[in-house]
Amino acid sequence: MRFFEYEAREIVKRAGIPVTDFGFTRDAAEAKEIAARIGGPTVIKSQVLSGGRMKAGGVQFADTPEEAQTHAENVLKLEINGQMPRGILVDPKADIDQEFYVGVVWDGTAKQPVIIFSPVGGIDIEQVAEEQPDKVGRRHFSNILPFSDYIAKEVIASTGVTGSDLNKLVPIVTKLAKLFVEKDMTLAEINPLGKLKDGSFVALDAHMDMENEARGRHKALLADLGVADEETREAREATPFEIAGEAVDAMDHRGVAGNVTEFDGNLGLVIGAGGGSLTLFDAVRAQGGDPANYCEIGGNPSVNKACGLAKLVLQKPGVDKIAVMMSIVSNTRVDIVARGVIKACLELDMDPAEKIAIFRIPGAWEDEGFLILDKYGVEYADRSVSLHEAARRAVEKIGAAA
Amino acid sequence: MDGVFISVAVNGDAASDAALAAKLEEVCPVSIFKGTPSGVEINAEFLDECVLCGLCLDAAPDGAVTVTKLYSGEILTR
Repeated sequence: MRFFEYEAREIVKRAGIPVTDFGFTRDAAEAKEIAARIGGPTVIKSQVLSGGRMKAGGVQFADTPEEAQTHAENVLKLEINGQMPRGILVDPKADIDQEFYVGVVWDGTAKQPVIIFSPVGGIDIEQVAEEQPDKVGRRHFSNILPFSDYIAKEVIASTGVTGSDLNKLVPIVTKLAKLFVEKDMTLAEINPLGKLKDGSFVALDAHMDMENEARGRHKALLADLGVADEETREAREATPFEIAGEAVDAMDHRGVAGNVTEFDGNLGLVIGAGGGSLTLFDAVRAQGGDPANYCEIGGNPSVNKACGLAKLVLQKPGVDKIAVMMSIVSNTRVDIVARGVIKACLELDMDPAEKIAIFRIPGAWEDEGFLILDKYGVEYADRSVSLHEAARRAVEKIGAAA
Repeated sequence: MDGVFISVAVNGDAASDAALAAKLEEVCPVSIFKGTPSGVEINAEFLDECVLCGLCLDAAPDGAVTVTKLYSGEILTR
């Protein structure tokens, strides 16, 4: 879940990291008041969940409060990458001596957070890494053990920063790393982290992404920031197909049959088990398949839910067949899912044997499930067949049908 | 009464036994049975949700309830 810059700045501020005396508003007249309070030149920044604000004209500089109001009026009307701004951030134009970068991001491969630090900030860190790799420090740390500031010191020092700057930066990086863990972020980034002429440091911009599943743990913070429960903050709006998938999952409390993401392929997927959906999706792609959707099924959904999900996928325009697969042996009952997907076919007046390209769910009540699949002539595989082989068979069938 | 995969029947006098009906409604985890003053009714919409737990068979007198797997023909009773 992405935060707007003004929210991210507030999070940073609450963590004890110095920020500028910024103000957020949705009103141009109030922008003038904020600029007058700040005194001196200001920056007017559009609040959208999108990059490219500067290029699009969403960042303007003002020397007077009146100029700030004029810019605010224009920026508030400016659409950037299909988004109208939530409001504007009025920020003092800081007297910067040097710009730094510090970010903490989750490394899925190492399964640990990693601090990324650079004394070259204000531009994309990817560009710095490419052009000046010696100016980018990285350091993994445990999100279970208490964070020690020597870790921050190591990563900062690895980029050649020494002396007073090093001492001043250590607490900032430490606070950001702790914030990342405590607030269940997937990204916590300050770019630029400005060194002012007086030698102090201040966060001039911040980006925060919170793990969506952790929203429930941070209700107080989200309420303080005014983030409503219904705000998904996804990169794009859910499609009608995806919204229908949510409705299927909400049918009853049993298990999971939802979390649907729409793609434009011809092989519908009813997949899951212990995070296996991604693996299965990748397996289908690796076999040259073209998935019509991503979804998650598991935890013993009701027949009705499994049926609802399968019907949704089967009716998606362009879907020729579905593959029903789980990656690992789980406690989800094979017979219940088999009933659900076969019932979906029957209710849509489709032949399960023709529409279900492969059924591979290893798990509880397998033998009972196989009796059902046999009855309707559906091709199935047990745990002795790898998920990659099952994906291959499904893709092969789609190819034969096309 | 038949679903697509499961058929459930309450046989003979047991079908009009209000006390048994209430008991069946209580034990079934997927709400197949509904107790009424005149006996037991079957919620047809939930038949295929049957998890084959056998609690209804245990709650009823011998032979009073039968659960049939329509996909294999196997009949479960007590």
